[in-house]
Amino acid sequence: MSCMNIRNIILTAFMVFLWPATASAHLVSTGFGPFYDGITHLAMSPDDLLGVLAIGLLSGLLGAQHGRVTLFALPLTWLIGGVIGLQFEIEISLPVLSAISFLIVGMLVAADKKLPLAFIYGLAMVLGLLHGFLNGTAMAQAGGGFLALFGISVAVFVLVALLAALVVSLRAQWARITVRVAGSWITAIGLLMLGWTYRGMG
Amino acid sequence: MKHAQENVSLFQLIMSMVVLLYPATALAHVGSGASGGFLTGVAHPVSGLDHVLAMIAVGLWGAQLGKPALWVLPVVFPMMMAGGGMLGLMGIPLPGVEIGIAISAIVLGAMVFTEARLKIQLAMIIVAFFAIFHGHAHGTELPAGQSGLLYSIGFVAATGCLHGVGIAIGMIYRWSKGRLALRAAGAVVCVAGIFFLWGALA
Repeated sequence: MSCMNIRNIILTAFMVFLWPATASAHLVSTGFGPFYDGITHLAMSPDDLLGVLAIGLLSGLLGAQHGRVTLFALPLTWLIGGVIGLQFEIEISLPVLSAISFLIVGMLVAADKKLPLAFIYGLAMVLGLLHGFLNGTAMAQAGGGFLALFGISVAVFVLVALLAALVVSLRAQWARITVRVAGSWITAIGLLMLGWTYRGMG
Repeated sequence: MKHAQENVSLFQLIMSMVVLLYPATALAHVGSGASGGFLTGVAHPVSGLDHVLAMIAVGLWGAQLGKPALWVLPVVFPMMMAGGGMLGLMGIPLPGVEIGIAISAIVLGAMVFTEARLKIQLAMIIVAFFAIFHGHAHGTELPAGQSGLLYSIGFVAATGCLHGVGIAIGMIYRWSKGRLALRAAGAVVCVAGIFFLWGALA
């Protein structure tokens, strides 16, 4: 076996043994930990994620102009709602309102009807304020603070941008129908959530 | 020497695979907690043959009827199924749930077998009616300690995927032998439904 091959084996073995289980790169010193906590919070909270998914799909179906409105209105109001929520000393959970929001936005996606720009603007504001407020009260308890809320808002912005842009670009009829089917799923989840909440298991 | 080089390459390949497949976190025993809710929801629709056959039959029938039934039926079903699930969660009883599910397989199988060309409104009413029974029976069985939201997401997504399987199989309708095969599949669903009805009445 040549020296080259031995060196390859040693290098590969080192790579295996030095493989990091978790990459925690300098977050303590940069102070950006809560920002990433916020991003992770959105990814790990299906009740928030589903709401963003629903309005992202809806604004994409309605067109580029509606998508642009949602892109800025939703994260901004999310942040404002979150700052208001930070002032509360107890964590507030309103699963009924979340379920109703899934129900309404999901049905609008499934229906694929034209809606005025003002409507989507209002809807994005209401959703953003509601979910942001709930996140804010949760962050106040977890000690995440403004930076965590900012992380959530940035994640919402990116997610809406990707989703709305994707849906706006869809031209094939079957692709738009797939989005509408997704809307019916979100409605169905909202209905079941209402039931679970009634039973106290939401 | 060449043999040694081949061995080294194999070694490197295996070690590279180990590196790539190395888990950052060991998430064994996912049967509990929030992720368990999602997996339970996914598993539930596919674990009951009565539910599976009826879902696939909806997709097959939609494929036979063509547009717009092809996508309208799979949109209607999850929403009405969730409505049935909500009734169950709210404690509103529905008489003869198991009988209704068995009859759904018989009726939907018969529709596929006979290639029934009903009006879209009537097809929607039939599918919606039986969806309530499926939702009432299957949408409410959440094990204690699991997330209702994640269970709902898994349940609705799995049901939708079963419709997708039915539609995908139904694509063979464009060929004459495919049409025959679909009718045969409808007959199988119908016979299975009679078997389920026998069990429900016994």
